[in-house]
Amino acid sequence: MLTSRTFLKRTRAGAVRKIVREHYLRDDIGCGLGGCALCGGESRPALEARPGGAASSLCPGPHFLLPDTNLLLHQIDILEDPVITNVIILQTVLQEVRNRSAPVYKRIKDVINKQEKHFYSFTNEHHKDTYIEQEKGENSNDRNDRAIRVAVKWYSEHLQKLQMEEKVQIILLTNDRKNKEKAVEEGITAYTCEEYIKSLIANPELVDRLASLNDEGNEIETGRIIFAEHLPLSKLQQGIKSNLYLQGTFRANRENYLEATVWIHGDGEEKEIIIQGLRNLNRAVHEDIVAVELLPKAAWAAPSSVVLHDDENQNEDDVEQEEEKEKSLRTSSSNSMLRPTGRVVGIIKRNWRPFCGMLSKSQIKEARRHLFTPADRRIPRIRIETRQASTLEGQRIIVAIDGWPRNSRYPNGHFVKNLGAAGDKETETEVLLLEHDVPHQPFSQSVLSFLPKMPWSITDQDMKCREDLRHLCVCSVDPPGCTDIDDALHCRVLENGNLEVGVHIADVSHFIRPGNALDQESAKRGTTVYLCEKRIDMVPELLSSNLCSLRSNVDRLAFSCIWEMNHSAEILKTRFTKSVINSKASLTYAEAQMKIDSPSMNDDITTSLRGLNKLARILKKCRIDNGALTLSSPEVRFHMDSETHDPIDLQTKELKETNSMVEEFMLLANISVAQKIYDEFSEHALLRKHPAPPPSNYDILVKAAKSKGLEIKTDSAKALADSLDSAEFPSFPYLNTLLRILATRCMMQAVYFCSGMDNDFHHYGLASPIYTHFTSPIRRYADIIVHRLLAVAIGADCTYPDLTDKHKLADLCRNLNYRHKMAQYAQRASVAFHTQLFFKSKGVVNEEAYILFVRKNAIVVLIPKYGLEGTVFFEEKDKPKPTLLYNDEVPSLTVESTTFYTFDRVTVNIMLDASNVQHQKIRMALVEPKLVGTSVPSQATQLNSNNEPKKKKLKE
Amino acid sequence: MAGLELLSEQGFRLDGRRAGELRQLRARMGVFAQADGSAYLEQGNTKALAVVYGPHELRGSRGKAPHAQALVNCQYSMATFSTAERKRRPHGDRASAEMSLHLKQTFEAALLTRLFPRSQIDIYVQILQADGGNYCAAVNAATLALLDAGIPMRDYVCACSAGFLEDTALADLNYVEEAAGGPQLALALLPQAQHIALLELNARLHQDHLPRVLDAATQACRHLHALLDRVVREHLRDAAALLGK
Repeated sequence: MLTSRTFLKRTRAGAVRKIVREHYLRDDIGCGLGGCALCGGESRPALEARPGGAASSLCPGPHFLLPDTNLLLHQIDILEDPVITNVIILQTVLQEVRNRSAPVYKRIKDVINKQEKHFYSFTNEHHKDTYIEQEKGENSNDRNDRAIRVAVKWYSEHLQKLQMEEKVQIILLTNDRKNKEKAVEEGITAYTCEEYIKSLIANPELVDRLASLNDEGNEIETGRIIFAEHLPLSKLQQGIKSNLYLQGTFRANRENYLEATVWIHGDGEEKEIIIQGLRNLNRAVHEDIVAVELLPKAAWAAPSSVVLHDDENQNEDDVEQEEEKEKSLRTSSSNSMLRPTGRVVGIIKRNWRPFCGMLSKSQIKEARRHLFTPADRRIPRIRIETRQASTLEGQRIIVAIDGWPRNSRYPNGHFVKNLGAAGDKETETEVLLLEHDVPHQPFSQSVLSFLPKMPWSITDQDMKCREDLRHLCVCSVDPPGCTDIDDALHCRVLENGNLEVGVHIADVSHFIRPGNALDQESAKRGTTVYLCEKRIDMVPELLSSNLCSLRSNVDRLAFSCIWEMNHSAEILKTRFTKSVINSKASLTYAEAQMKIDSPSMNDDITTSLRGLNKLARILKKCRIDNGALTLSSPEVRFHMDSETHDPIDLQTKELKETNSMVEEFMLLANISVAQKIYDEFSEHALLRKHPAPPPSNYDILVKAAKSKGLEIKTDSAKALADSLDSAEFPSFPYLNTLLRILATRCMMQAVYFCSGMDNDFHHYGLASPIYTHFTSPIRRYADIIVHRLLAVAIGADCTYPDLTDKHKLADLCRNLNYRHKMAQYAQRASVAFHTQLFFKSKGVVNEEAYILFVRKNAIVVLIPKYGLEGTVFFEEKDKPKPTLLYNDEVPSLTVESTTFYTFDRVTVNIMLDASNVQHQKIRMALVEPKLVGTSVPSQATQLNSNNEPKKKKLKE
Repeated sequence: MAGLELLSEQGFRLDGRRAGELRQLRARMGVFAQADGSAYLEQGNTKALAVVYGPHELRGSRGKAPHAQALVNCQYSMATFSTAERKRRPHGDRASAEMSLHLKQTFEAALLTRLFPRSQIDIYVQILQADGGNYCAAVNAATLALLDAGIPMRDYVCACSAGFLEDTALADLNYVEEAAGGPQLALALLPQAQHIALLELNARLHQDHLPRVLDAATQACRHLHALLDRVVREHLRDAAALLGK
């Protein structure tokens, strides 16, 4: 049967166009029921013939559920619960969900694909009996509601025709009152979600996972309206078109909950708008896409340097107090600091996800409404309703936001999942993995099925297109305890006197073939995540620590990059080949250094290492002469107790010459490969770039250096590198490192991209015109793609469709960049957590520290001994406030009579503040120089008070 | 907003067809009395009218005409009202000129032109409504018109398009699917001998996928052949009934 759909559409240019599309109605769409005699039985029946499902007091018989769109959008958490099975999802509903929320659509699709859930998606819009046309005067929402009801009716008639011994019911789940009334009128059994879930006798805990909906009229908040109404989408779009509003991503400030910035993405340059104050923030949550209206210039504000946290014990809905705080933000600041300021007028797209955090139990014992404090400071606290508050207290839980009414200080949400006790190492790791969206489930069976069968050995087939390099004296140099060795090196003198240098990289792409489940899973993970006590592998362990790992004295497959160089490290010839190698030794950096340094050793490995080291020195010098930056960031290593896995000591990573030797050759290999794959595939080479930062990024560095009387030039990478090198202060050797740390903070993120989609390839930090990642395929997916490209380029492997599709490659890059960023954050969070554990056992200590940043009411200090960074506040509750004077030209902060500048040396007192279980934090207080009122007295006895901190001459 | 979902998880396309299914085909032969042969054909919402004259004496310059075989002259055009946007298409339209050339190549391969040296066969095709697969509809309509004119051919020429989306080959694309910009393959096939008269592919398609897309198009052409054959036989039966009286 055929009908046609005709509709009018306005084109972008404004013309009205009539569009006619065919719409075929079919009679071969099954009802999805196992063994249905009328539909001829599906090949893979989705619904059970006798639906089990949870026992419900409302409908004791077997039944199928059929939710409508809004229910699906809001109550997806409930539907995902294993208790709920045998659900029919209509195509109408699925389409509407798809248009309205991509994450929910993804989730419901996953649920449908799970066989044990027995979800069936019924294509009602193409079924001849359930398709309906839009009637005159009926809007599309009403039409869709009607379509849903028609489908429900069709199902119940269909089930009746089947004449099963036991009557099976169809239940429409809808929270729309009108729709429900109409359904009941038409003789359909319809319940609201709440009614149904509450009727589940055996599963009372599900009620907590119900999303609270404000249209139920059960709001007990004060009637006062706090926020301005959000404008509807159509108005926003109009406003954006006419430049009245600006569209951007909302980024809440981590350190000040009353301030946020909105990144305006759009034509050409990106800019930032500041939003200050609860009302102007207008219920936007971190990462939402919002529309912003600029305030008049008179109302512009400067980014405040105040650190402000939403207080735990604060009264709910106490708005007056907020206002007072807001005023404190607006303290006078010079006009030059004023930035465009605006207010949020509407939300274009919410980007809510489930949030990890903890319950702050209400003081009233019987209360069912509690506030939930997310682990991420940028997320506001969420009000949830639960009966299990006492069991959830002290546990890490996951909560989802449902909505944020105008009269509520906090958004409303519902409980999703309990992760375990807070402070527990397992739970905390789980939390930080979840919060950073790191896929960390064990590999599934289907993924593991693509692993090579053990025992594995190299076959003649493998040898066909490989060079046998087993005779070469190859060795690997890695950090101690490394099991995933992905690179090895060799160097030998050729007959013509030149040197042959080889970098051999594990041939992971030999084992991970494009398109299979193993490949997809690795692509999704994107990178291996190294936490302090744990590694989340990108590829299964068999590959990462065995078959791909270039261990010593076993034959391993490799991808080799071999150069012929003269003694001044000029490349004469470059060659790439798949190979078989047999590493002669796997050394640590220290072992390699020892071999090079001890004159008595003269074996093959040592000579090879010495050759490499000599070349590396020349290469490094060339690179630095070209303007490559040597930056620094404090990295720490924990010594773990072997049994309890608690950190027992903490030290900064130490760099040896051999580190730089390995790094130099890896860089060289990456650059050579980048050039090769770009020559071969100009449109779809996967490369890595590092954009030059905008000059304003360096302000903080330049100002800070100036306060110490040094000049930093930032016009080019070369100038920066040179001025950093010359910035020495004899009396203060650590200053140079501090400057480099600060410079690192000014940099942009390096990113992967597809050469066909971009035309700026430059790598700023390495001062290389082209760069990619080739050398760590075991722990980075980007390298696997580069391996495949290179293999095609040298004719060692064949291409496949997705490899030559630049849009797919660009999508992949986006995912990889995201995963890398998240992995980095997760690593930092893990370090922070272990630092806390460390100081918990260590108690209170005093340490020497340097000021990194000066803020309006605090200073951020770095403790070189632990590579630890922290904030020292000068205002404390229940204490008289010291007079603070902030000067942001220099920048400096004067507390009482002492003035702090960037890079000043101070002594701080470190201890673990466990008063808030959720955000256990390292608290730092100033010991030296002494301040009236704020400094920690007495404890610092070992430090002589006469010993004035080495403070530079005070200006003014 | 999310774009259109051209192929749903359940395997249905936007208009309700499955991946390998054709659009509804309706056709009539002998629609004009004056012409030697004519046919009207609908493939879904794509509607084409084909008219054939000949074989007749060569007209115009004889210089270009081949000596030993008939000259096949094709003209393809689109009605102003055929697309959603009204657009005047004077004869110089480049797309139409290319299409005319394709048609010429297709039918030179299928017609037994050597039987008619020093003569000419004219094929005029007009698209009345365009909804994807214009070339295919034009070829199919022209085949019927040629059969109606009784011009000897090796076989029917059946043409069908195929696309490739999310690892699935789609047969007989409509306008929306074409406009999505994926690879699109047009195949004109002589179904009995399995000879390819014309094969055109636009947009990049990886070599590994080609056999599958080609299979889908071939399969679709076979189905079209059966349908066209039925139309011809029905037309003959009607004509025979009229003659028999």
